[in-house]
Amino acid sequence: MNAYSLDIGVKVNGEDVQARVEPRKTLVDFLRDDLGLTGTHIGCEHGVCGACTVRLDGEVVRGCLVLAVQCDGAQIETIEGLSDAGVLVDLQLAFQRRNALQCGFCTPGMLIGAQELLARGGLPSREAIREHISGNYCRCTGYQAIVDAIETVAHARAGAKA
Amino acid sequence: MRIAADVSPALTALDRPNSYIGRSVPRPNLARLTQGRGQYVSDVSLPRMVHVAYVRSPHAHAHIKNIATAEAKKSPGVVAVVTGAELAKVITPWVGVLTHLKGIKSAPQHAIAVGRACWQGEAVCAVVARSRAEAEDGCALVNVDYEVLPAVTEAETALDPKTPVIHTELGDNLTFERTLTAGDPDKGFAGADAVAEATFLFGRHTGVTNEPRAIVADWNPGEQRLTVYQGTQAPHMMQNLFAKHLSLEEHQVRVLTKDVGGSFGIKVHTYADEMATVALSKLLKQPVKFVADRLESFVTDIHARDHRVKARIGVKRDGTITAFEIDDLTGIGPYSVYPRTSGIEANQVVNLVGGPYTCPNYRARARVVFQNKNVMCQYRAVGHPIATAVTEGLVDLAAEKIGMDPAELRRRNLIADDAYPAAGASGIKFEQLSHHASLDKILTMMDYTALRAEQAQIRSRGIHRGIGLASFIEVTNPSAAFYGVGGARISSQDGATLKLDATGAVFVHSGVTEQGQGAEAVLAQCVATSFGVPIERVRVVTGDTDNVPYGGGTWASRAAGIGGEAAWQAGKALRANVLAAAAPILQADPKTLDIRAGIVVDADTGRERMPLDEVARIVYFRPDTLPPGFQAEFMVTRHYVPRAWPFAFTNGVQASYLEVDIKTGAVKLLRHWCVEDCGTVINPQLVDEQIRGGIVQGIGGVLFEHCLYDEAGQLLNGTMMDYLVPMASEMPDIDVGHVVTPTADSELGAKGAGEAGTAGAPACIMNAINDALRPLNAAPIVAMPITPERVLEALGRI
Repeated sequence: MNAYSLDIGVKVNGEDVQARVEPRKTLVDFLRDDLGLTGTHIGCEHGVCGACTVRLDGEVVRGCLVLAVQCDGAQIETIEGLSDAGVLVDLQLAFQRRNALQCGFCTPGMLIGAQELLARGGLPSREAIREHISGNYCRCTGYQAIVDAIETVAHARAGAKA
Repeated sequence: MRIAADVSPALTALDRPNSYIGRSVPRPNLARLTQGRGQYVSDVSLPRMVHVAYVRSPHAHAHIKNIATAEAKKSPGVVAVVTGAELAKVITPWVGVLTHLKGIKSAPQHAIAVGRACWQGEAVCAVVARSRAEAEDGCALVNVDYEVLPAVTEAETALDPKTPVIHTELGDNLTFERTLTAGDPDKGFAGADAVAEATFLFGRHTGVTNEPRAIVADWNPGEQRLTVYQGTQAPHMMQNLFAKHLSLEEHQVRVLTKDVGGSFGIKVHTYADEMATVALSKLLKQPVKFVADRLESFVTDIHARDHRVKARIGVKRDGTITAFEIDDLTGIGPYSVYPRTSGIEANQVVNLVGGPYTCPNYRARARVVFQNKNVMCQYRAVGHPIATAVTEGLVDLAAEKIGMDPAELRRRNLIADDAYPAAGASGIKFEQLSHHASLDKILTMMDYTALRAEQAQIRSRGIHRGIGLASFIEVTNPSAAFYGVGGARISSQDGATLKLDATGAVFVHSGVTEQGQGAEAVLAQCVATSFGVPIERVRVVTGDTDNVPYGGGTWASRAAGIGGEAAWQAGKALRANVLAAAAPILQADPKTLDIRAGIVVDADTGRERMPLDEVARIVYFRPDTLPPGFQAEFMVTRHYVPRAWPFAFTNGVQASYLEVDIKTGAVKLLRHWCVEDCGTVINPQLVDEQIRGGIVQGIGGVLFEHCLYDEAGQLLNGTMMDYLVPMASEMPDIDVGHVVTPTADSELGAKGAGEAGTAGAPACIMNAINDALRPLNAAPIVAMPITPERVLEALGRI
């Protein structure tokens, strides 16, 4: 902490958090180091790999490209909160059944990204799924299993609505 | 629905009732990873833990004249500032050589550079602070006075007399050289109707694990014990090395490996900054954490594949290959990496070139040289992508010379499926491979004839598509021949310890590790099947040197074939022990009993006699009711090491169908196929996903990935913006097929599958691009990565 530290108030996974943070601290470091929410990962710290993907006021953002002080007054959702709320259950099960993760490091970000696409409704093509997750780096799977899992859930959700 | 149904396959010799072998059982550890509840080393936090950041040399080669640390020591939060000379009092240097690589030499490497930095990125000073940010603040205040030295960067001129010698005490810049002559290559070339030759270039690239290297070291002076949380593929190897270089006994060191965010061979080596972190914990008597940032990963994670291979092939008009010849040159940075050495990749290239074919005439030379760039060492499919691209590239060039279809040329030369056991030209031994069955299968899967017709038809419309094939062999299940015989304390055997708990569930402790491949699922499948319980009743424990049998870990595709066999055998042994206890309770001969789905049954009829929890209850809580003198043993250990063959070679073939935009040079991958023979398939989905992931890693190497250095030894693209990796939108769907040829060296018959994808993808994509460009009179492209620029150059457009 230094003299320039600022007080912020944020709602993280539905819980009010008051904290004093250095202006230079990124959102992902704040979540991981200050709040112990280690499900949000750090891969590149320059916005390419997508491992730090979280939701800020409902929008998908890179946790490494947002400063914690920018989040004053905002609502943040991480993989922990979204899991506990049950909103990702079908995606999580599809990822498990299709082995759409190997080391699992990209998975929280990948799931949050996939949820954003599926929340738009409709049946995205495989190309559209590939395009949507092309900001999330996975070194293990080669992506096909991830596309399969997301496509399966898209069909299941569309079927459930029909 | 594209999610594979998990159904029992047809019965095989391995099948027991309720067998899990051959089933796509989901991995037991996935649920927590999808919920953000994994525990990667970068997540580990301990009481009193401090963070280290390293001041790294900005020069490729420089004398360190002075390090001024006073300002850094005053920086807020800084706990200690430690130079290489100071740390050398705590940790001894190492030399990365092995005795079976004759003549290999290297210089002592320190945890932190002492006196001289030999590549851009080498750590020259450590700053330890309460937070990583404060440690980096401290690094900015360390003032290092460098005298810049000439940098040796070009492998091609590293051995020239006028090139400075990096380690003068070694006499020259030659790390290792191997030559090999088999058969009569001169006669082979003399008897050829055509000779094709090319100089293949492979771009230096790296693993880019999504989680960077991470380590937390915790020296406890009260216990005189060092606990290291490390994302490593080989915990026992690291236990040995930490002990050796910190002057501890091995039993004083515990290595814990929890979740690992990708490894691919990157995390199986000794890294100076990780050794320094461990030494700092010993020095400071508190836990120290180091997590590489992405730039540090690019300049210090091992690189690989920087090879230049001059190669030629002789062929007769009837398609008979008469000879192969290669001259491989590779620059591996300033040190041979410890303890596996940086000679292995070139050695593998020599071993593997020409491997799928019957040609007995082969001459090879490989030279490995020092240079002032980041170190190179073993990365997924070590040497395979190079050897396969050279071999298969030559085969396609030969086919062009004699005007033969490339599939037909392969068919005429691949070792016959009924010719085994057989040996490759380099002397490598094959138990049983299936090149022809695999080629037949892939040609059917891709409908080769129809695809050729389509290619010709649309070419008339100005669309230039190419078809490429690549047969390959793959080293898996290594015996002691890989490292042990060379003096490295890297175990080739592995063990599994099983424990029946008091409720009839089974714990498996295994020496192999899990970095996402699915080793824990495979171990659970083996034990559930051979012991006889539902897989939900099996709990797998890996990655703890205090608590698992001594073993090698997971690398070179050994986890399923070696770790799985040990687990399989342990399951059988525990079943025998449990039935020995159940027999007197049930008044039955143990030979007439079996365990199925967690219940002791009559083997003949399947009639249920007693659930396992009841057997366990009696043995653990009412042993007084058992016959006098009988002692139940509900914990067993079995080990396994391949003995009949030095390596379980596997084989396969890949094919690519792609389109080249001749205006932009862009390559669009349309389809990709792989047929692979890894012996017994324990979990089809996991094998297929190893293949697919490996192929995409190979695609990265052939099309995108390149660590670009300038003449001064400066890495030019140390970010993920500038270093391109495969992302989802550019990747094709991949069809995977199997031929199954079990190894007779184990009961399970499983070989490895982790390298196959990466081994074959660069070759078949290179061949497909050249196939697309050939009618346009383009020069064959034999340099990777095949960028749009290289395509346009080949077309003469730039």
